[in-house]
Amino acid sequence: MDYQVNFSGLVPYFSTFLSGIGMTIQITVISTILGLLVGTYCAAGRISQQRWLSSICAVYIEMTRNTPFIVQLFFIFFGLPALGLKLSAWEAGIIALVFNLGAYSAEIIRAGILAAPKGQWEAGRTLGLTYRQIFIHIILPPAYQRVYPALVSQCIIVMLGSSVVSQISLEELTFAANFVQSRTFLSFESYIVTAVIYLFLAILMRQAFTLLSKVMFKAPAL
Amino acid sequence: MPLVSIDKVHKYYGENHVLKGVDLKVEAGEVISIIGRSGSGKSTLLRCINGLESFQEGAIYVGNQAVEDDELKLRLLSRSVGMVFQSFNLFPHKTAAENVMLAPQLVLKKDAEECKALAKKLLEKVGLGDKLDAYPANLSGGQQQRVAIARSLAMSPKVLLCDEITSALDPELVGEVLHVLEQLKEEGMTLILVTHEMNFARDVGDRVVFMHQGKVWETGASDEVFANPQTPELQSFLSVVR
Repeated sequence: MDYQVNFSGLVPYFSTFLSGIGMTIQITVISTILGLLVGTYCAAGRISQQRWLSSICAVYIEMTRNTPFIVQLFFIFFGLPALGLKLSAWEAGIIALVFNLGAYSAEIIRAGILAAPKGQWEAGRTLGLTYRQIFIHIILPPAYQRVYPALVSQCIIVMLGSSVVSQISLEELTFAANFVQSRTFLSFESYIVTAVIYLFLAILMRQAFTLLSKVMFKAPAL
Repeated sequence: MPLVSIDKVHKYYGENHVLKGVDLKVEAGEVISIIGRSGSGKSTLLRCINGLESFQEGAIYVGNQAVEDDELKLRLLSRSVGMVFQSFNLFPHKTAAENVMLAPQLVLKKDAEECKALAKKLLEKVGLGDKLDAYPANLSGGQQQRVAIARSLAMSPKVLLCDEITSALDPELVGEVLHVLEQLKEEGMTLILVTHEMNFARDVGDRVVFMHQGKVWETGASDEVFANPQTPELQSFLSVVR
């Protein structure tokens, strides 16, 4: 082992890493918000009495959870143009991430919804609320609170998983690492720095979610 | 005309014939206690009155509204029929005041200030004027049940259904809930209670309905029924519970 570690060789690429981090944060925030939205609607659809709606949601969820993310991504980016749907790397990346988080979070949120005691629905009904009102005002908020830790982990997986979209040349953090590595041949340094950055981003994200939970969930733990 | 009128109601759970032609008329302002062994159909009957359970034959009227298996009609009906549950069923993510405010705000479309004032008034009435901002998890069972009563009253129901509302409470907390019911009776509220509190049924209730095997087996003025039960089934039931 006579390898000379050379971190200073990365210094000229500081701004490359920085813009990669910026893109990673951007696509993570966007796909987290949209993905949770999709997940919530799908969870609602999944428990619906309408068989067709429930089936559609089930098919989407199972399809997504049982195929590799990178195949989904390639299908959207390389496959869909065959049908005339040409997307930019950014669009394809966001869609794939939203698609993915939507399916996983739907199952998590659904678990939270199903854990609501039957009496909560009945109390809502006897007060004259509509199904929709009961769902939104009574069932959903405690459901989120119940499954919040699992949901947070899933969102962090999305952030880490966003590294895969470097494969369609979306210029996020992993793309930046690949770029720097190919220019400098400092593979060890490039990837260890990148790994540490991801680690910090993940910790940061967890902190942000903890902060958010204090604002959102004022009631004591259920 | 009776406020609640139940005519020959039959209810089946699959093969299981739970209510076998129940007849019952309740006048406005009456306090009715429904007693009986578990499985006699008393909770089911109560849940039929506000449509939480459907029934297959017979008719139930509250005022001039028929209880039908129709979502919109049941929603309208629920404005006249309040219900309090054994397990409180408070909304855990909302404070006591928010629990009370929710339905007036969403269903009656009253504005927030008005609802807040209403919540304060009702919670004061049940003796919880100092707990407006407390979450259910931080309240005792008796306090939670009183919030639940206030929550029902917020929709100004004509009749309040109480399904074993003291059964989940520690013995020392039962009194505070029963006290609220007494207060409601004095104000002229119509109450239909499924209860195991025989003393309360005798002292506060106007009329007792003893249910047995899915039928109204014996009924009459409270003091008479307890002092002088006619049927052997009621006699044996009372000898066990007393």
